[in-house]
Amino acid sequence: MDERILMCGNEALAEASILAGVDAYFGYPITPQNEIPAYMARRMPEEGRVFVQSESELAAINMVFGASATGKRAMTTSSSPGISLMQEGISYLAGAELPAVIVNVMRGGPGLGNIAPSQADYFQATRGGGHGDYRTITLAPSSVQELADSMSLAFDLADEYRMQVMVLADGILGQMMEPVVLEKKPRRKLPPKDWALTGAEGREQNIVRSLWLKEGVLEELNNKLQARYRQIEKDEVLCEQYEVETAEIVVIAYGVAARIVRSAVDKAREEGIKVGLIRPITLWPFPTEQISRAADELRIFLTVEMNCGQMLEDVKLAVAGKAPVLFYGRAGGSIPTVEQVLEKIKQLTTKKAFSGQEKTKL
Amino acid sequence: MKTVFKRTPTLKDCPTHYCPGCGHGIAHRLIAETIDELGIRGRTIGIAPVGCAVLAYDYLDVDMIEVAHGRAPAVATGMKRTNPDMIIFSYQGDGDLASIGAGEILHAAHRGEQITVIFINNAVYGMTSGQMAPTTLLGQITTTTPLGREADSHGYPLQVAELLAVLPGAIYIERCSLHNAAQVRKTKKAVRHAFELQVSGAKGLSLVEVLSPCPAGWRMTPAKAIEWVENEMTKVFPLGRLKG
Repeated sequence: MDERILMCGNEALAEASILAGVDAYFGYPITPQNEIPAYMARRMPEEGRVFVQSESELAAINMVFGASATGKRAMTTSSSPGISLMQEGISYLAGAELPAVIVNVMRGGPGLGNIAPSQADYFQATRGGGHGDYRTITLAPSSVQELADSMSLAFDLADEYRMQVMVLADGILGQMMEPVVLEKKPRRKLPPKDWALTGAEGREQNIVRSLWLKEGVLEELNNKLQARYRQIEKDEVLCEQYEVETAEIVVIAYGVAARIVRSAVDKAREEGIKVGLIRPITLWPFPTEQISRAADELRIFLTVEMNCGQMLEDVKLAVAGKAPVLFYGRAGGSIPTVEQVLEKIKQLTTKKAFSGQEKTKL
Repeated sequence: MKTVFKRTPTLKDCPTHYCPGCGHGIAHRLIAETIDELGIRGRTIGIAPVGCAVLAYDYLDVDMIEVAHGRAPAVATGMKRTNPDMIIFSYQGDGDLASIGAGEILHAAHRGEQITVIFINNAVYGMTSGQMAPTTLLGQITTTTPLGREADSHGYPLQVAELLAVLPGAIYIERCSLHNAAQVRKTKKAVRHAFELQVSGAKGLSLVEVLSPCPAGWRMTPAKAIEWVENEMTKVFPLGRLKG
């Protein structure tokens, strides 16, 4: 398949996962990602691979845990409340050093929330979400093509670093149809899965575990994981910079929000406002260096999110007081318009923007 | 001199962490013997629960995984579906299987997963020092039923084997006990049958519930605990084949 086809994000990511060599899909129904299990239910058996509709998200993530432990490429998909239920399993994946790919097609929260698009699970994804000191590689595509391309990257990263990778989409990306080219990508050079449970024929038993009772052993594991996370922060950051070089105002946004911001940036540029966009593609590892460098010039930073200000904290940490960081967001499944973002950008061109009063309003 | 009894190879030669009089050691041995007799060590994966038997991989010399509390049947599903030629068994206690994992075992049986489940019922949460389990008997004193389990506020002992036996996806369900040598031999037969079914490719889940003493959790001597299994537990949890 080397030509462009029109597909919704949910189906595109499903087909891209098949191309990426997923051996097993496990999932539980939840809106707005139901096109994925429906697609997989048909396609996976066609490919002679495994599809199971689980009885819950708890079961789905543990089915992934089981398949992954045997060395298979396994995935699950869900939306925000379902991802909350999976946090136990995600923590165990981290502790047991098992690769897995989890897609969160985010919806509004907290609680049952609604089924509208949202970015309110940024904290949950990038901070770990479950118990214990761990990180989750988090990819945040902003188009159907990028969402599809994220899948082979996600599986490769999971296998390379023996950890869980989350693809953080939202209701718009999942539902929206766009032209997409689906193609099989060459895999990274990946380490052998000599830890996998394949039957102890002619070798010592393999044990996949996350319980370490002996004094100091768990600390060693944590140190090992942290060293791996530092390596990932060094090697795997992805972000797009748009019109940043000449910008006096830099907007930081990811996913669908970044597309809205990009349109606002173009309009502002037409009006002579020097504004640019930094779009993190990996939310963890976060493009701290790139944002920090941008903050070395005298600039104003505006973070735009479809939540109440979550990535904002990472942007502030990256800017580290070198420049003002302001925020504009819509919560609860509401989507910012290009005009609203443009209006915020224009406000930053006035001196009022820097007064404490204005800041809190923003 | 003729050797009439020896350690079976899949049971590791090491000291035990289990308490005196605990049934886990016997149950482990029966599984290890079965694996060796069937010659399936090289294609078996065991799943250890949360609970005292979390360290089962210290004794059973097969590929093993340790999973979240109660989730073993879901993990087993993920393993067996992607590796139909492997022999997958879970080893779970009553808190793990009948309480927090009630949903997972029910649905694994309901889907007819081709796995083998060894369910150790000792009527108490052993590892966490003896709280009420779903299988705790009426009147039984635990740390969370200090005046004894009482039906009105704590509910009745949960009969898992009976519950699962009605599901078409469960092809073999038997309840056994470890309270004397004859019963241990019967348990061995049941464990072996449950594994054989999977080896033969039989379509469905097999489960052996094993009544097992927990002297530490019950605050009893090992001898008294064995009597209690025989005299009290078997009244609420009758022994025998329920299905298959």
